[in-house]
Amino acid sequence: MAFLEISNIQKRFGSQTAVHDFSISIEKGEFITFLGPSGCGKTTILRMLAGFETPSIGSIVFDGKDVTHVPTNQRNVGMVFQSYALFPNMTVAENIGFGLKVANAGKAEIENRVREMLKLIKLDALADRYPWQMSGGQQQRVALARALANKPKVLLLDEPLSALDAKIRISLREEIRELQRALGITTVFVTHDQEEALSISDRIVVLNEGRVEQTGTPSSIYNFPRTRFVASFIGTLNQLSGEVVDTAKGEIRVGTQTLITSNPLDDLRNGQPCTLAIRPEAITLDDAGAGKNTVQTLVDDVSFLGSIVRIRTHLGSESLSMDVFNDPNQKLPVRGDTVSLSFAFENLLVLA
Amino acid sequence: MSVATKESRLGAWIAMGIGTTYFLLPLIATFEFSLRMKRGEYSFEAYNVVFGDPQFQATFGYSIVMAIATIFVGVLLVVPTAYWVHLRMPKLRPLVEFITLLPLVIPAIVIVFGYLRMYNSSSIIPLTGSERATDFLLVCSYVTLSLPYMYRSVDTGLRTIDVRTLTEAAEVLGANRATILLRVIFPNISSAILSGAFLTFAVVVGEFTMASLLDRPAFGPYLQLMGANRAYEPSALAIIAFIVTWASMGLINVFGRNAHTKPTR
Repeated sequence: MAFLEISNIQKRFGSQTAVHDFSISIEKGEFITFLGPSGCGKTTILRMLAGFETPSIGSIVFDGKDVTHVPTNQRNVGMVFQSYALFPNMTVAENIGFGLKVANAGKAEIENRVREMLKLIKLDALADRYPWQMSGGQQQRVALARALANKPKVLLLDEPLSALDAKIRISLREEIRELQRALGITTVFVTHDQEEALSISDRIVVLNEGRVEQTGTPSSIYNFPRTRFVASFIGTLNQLSGEVVDTAKGEIRVGTQTLITSNPLDDLRNGQPCTLAIRPEAITLDDAGAGKNTVQTLVDDVSFLGSIVRIRTHLGSESLSMDVFNDPNQKLPVRGDTVSLSFAFENLLVLA
Repeated sequence: MSVATKESRLGAWIAMGIGTTYFLLPLIATFEFSLRMKRGEYSFEAYNVVFGDPQFQATFGYSIVMAIATIFVGVLLVVPTAYWVHLRMPKLRPLVEFITLLPLVIPAIVIVFGYLRMYNSSSIIPLTGSERATDFLLVCSYVTLSLPYMYRSVDTGLRTIDVRTLTEAAEVLGANRATILLRVIFPNISSAILSGAFLTFAVVVGEFTMASLLDRPAFGPYLQLMGANRAYEPSALAIIAFIVTWASMGLINVFGRNAHTKPTR
């Protein structure tokens, strides 16, 4: 049995269903992310794990114990909130030690544990500061230390980086991941930021309108999106309208050109319209080699994005963008040029 | 500076001068009269008589005790109520606010007559049957009277903190509701509670109607008695009552300023 088992949970608020029949098994020490746009139900699921909401149906099991109806303060979970939620009337040390004090731990035990946590988050010197005397990044690290001080079974993070600026977000998410690996704590992370999810997760659950769109590793989610929503939500994606020519050979007509995909077309039949997708970085500016499609396109625009140069073209009435690494020595096409673009058969995805 | 600006500033100063004179002149006159007890000279003789009067000491002491008891009961009643409304029933907030404002609308004499009907010595809860029980009834009536001020202050304090998230953060760390109230909520709205407390103090110390009709030896009835029978001492008492009220208001400002130097989020 998995360490954290969520079985068929559903959450209704009046006539609205926020979460539809959600199930997942999470192993001990796994870092799993719920990813999706606002209102997709990811925070509702997290709140059910924490005990702030009760599932309308279904069950939640932590380490073999059914906690579906167990009050929050008896679940032994740690939680980090988007707004940090540090207690303004307490110092950093008091905040971190709060859970242990509530549990009637001894003074020496509390002091030792607080010292240990401060060392872990590298804020030893700020023990006597109040939250309002610290930056957002520091506050969130204290919130993390506070959540971990009680040695919880599961760590829950509700968009902990959303309120921070970009640079701090990147450094803190790496710190969170390092800490999680070092402690081996089962972690559930909620975010709407795909880059965050892709960079630190063992697995990602992509949610939309209360339903699971896809579950998988960051690589599989990014490279092999199974639905139109996942494909368009994760990364940048070219979407092309086509018509199936031959399901056995994987041939699909896009405009006047026939492309080949090595991805299965089992759910489609000849002559059926379909949506194809291809990542901009999977396209190259050259002629086809073995196992590659080649298309002739007209350049509409070339945008310099720093380390990446985005070339926007069109294939018939379809827009097709490609990304190349910035190379000052490379001659790039200009607007109006006709160029040959190629991409491997397996990179041409077929969306449900 | 433009002529228009100069004129508007002059107008503001004139308005302030008239307003200040309107409020201060009667006070100055009262104070001046209170110094005239000894014929032919200004002295604090009236104040000496007042402070030396055993009845003043007894009634003022009694009213202070009543005020402290009212503050204590009021805080115990209002803080958990306001907290629960913020946390679980935010839609009921306008209704609760309306209820807490009723004592401002219903005259004190109506409230106390209602008490006398409900709790007289022939009812099932004969609170007027003994002195201590009547003291308790008086405290309850003072809590009702000070409800608008205490609730408003506490509600304002709760609005400056994220009640829900702080509660959830504490719950996740193992705290129950009582611990959350004592260790998280109360400390973070202490300035607001103190503001409400000082307002309550000012209201209770000078209150007359309820104390008089319940026949309790409070400061308000003593003020009225002195006013009916003496000349200079009532003026001295009026100044003392003003000082008590102003001190309470001043302390509200002090604690309110301290709250602003320490952001809650």
